[in-house]
Amino acid sequence: MATAVIDEKENKALWGGDAEPLKASYGKLMMWFFLLSDALSFSGLLITYGFSRFSHDTYHGLIENFTASTKYWPVPEKVFTHIPFFHVNAPLVFVGLMTFILILSSVTMVLAVEAGHRNDKKDVQKWMLWTILGGIAFLSCQAWEWTIFIQGSSEGLTVTDPDGTIRHIFGANLIENEYGPRLFADLFFFITGFHGTHVLSGVIINILVFYNVSYGTYERIGTYEMVEKVGLYWHFVDLVWVFVFTFYYLV
Amino acid sequence: MGHGAHHSGHSSEVQPRDPAKVKQILTVTAILGILTAIEFVLAFTMERGVILTTIFVLMTFAKTFYIVGEFMHLKYEVKILIWAIALPTMFIMWLILSQLMEATFMHEAIKEIFG
Repeated sequence: MATAVIDEKENKALWGGDAEPLKASYGKLMMWFFLLSDALSFSGLLITYGFSRFSHDTYHGLIENFTASTKYWPVPEKVFTHIPFFHVNAPLVFVGLMTFILILSSVTMVLAVEAGHRNDKKDVQKWMLWTILGGIAFLSCQAWEWTIFIQGSSEGLTVTDPDGTIRHIFGANLIENEYGPRLFADLFFFITGFHGTHVLSGVIINILVFYNVSYGTYERIGTYEMVEKVGLYWHFVDLVWVFVFTFYYLV
Repeated sequence: MGHGAHHSGHSSEVQPRDPAKVKQILTVTAILGILTAIEFVLAFTMERGVILTTIFVLMTFAKTFYIVGEFMHLKYEVKILIWAIALPTMFIMWLILSQLMEATFMHEAIKEIFG
């Protein structure tokens, strides 16, 4: 019986039919194909964003003189200028910070995978915990950013309705916003929201894996491959944010 | 028993940290951080236009290669797996590019038709 157990352990990478297609385990390969399909969903959002932006007028003129209007697409660095606790004009600083937090949590995830290869349970626990903390920090930042975006500035935007009434718009909702055309805020909510949902599910899965690591499940099976699989997902979420940072906030 | 050798590294004893591997991870981290910092600086120092957008796209691609290649370990998988991921991604890239060009034409057409 003992030999049978050892054999099973040695061949755990084999699929049914005693083969190991593409030299990858079933779970890892399926994670790759899932990520590919998820990339398609995010591309759909990216295309929608580009399409909306390109079919609106762009702001011509000096950036310093930029004022918000529903007639043209806003310059993002003039919209996202807040940081917590300080009343200063800090364009894109907070988004930059969020980017670094997510990249760092990706790094701690790589270190957790590396520790898993060495069967170092303590190290896996440590780095998984840092990754979870990074994810929670990112989500908290995003919650703050949404709050500021929805509340808006104290001046708001003055608009004239077709019937001649003059109104002030404060902040943003799905119908109108003080920063620019309706679609600008809609796509902000949709793109960062869809990404945030991915981060949230990532954090939950990370917590489950952390629990299993601490409980000794992977030690008993003899492989920390689950950490690798959830790692793939986490890096993908980080990668999507790299794209969101460039194409939503910078360009 | 060819696979036994493949998995021989996976004994259940704790193995010591490999400094070379950790160094490699930290190097990639530094590259990602520096690229992001440069992007950030360029956003405020360069004038918006085709050149800046091209630089941003290229730097984002560079970051993608590091994250997917090193962090997600795709560089070290078998060739067919690399292509199974890379080829569809290339089609997605073309999809995005073609739709953005289409959007520009749409904008012109709408202006022409509705003034």
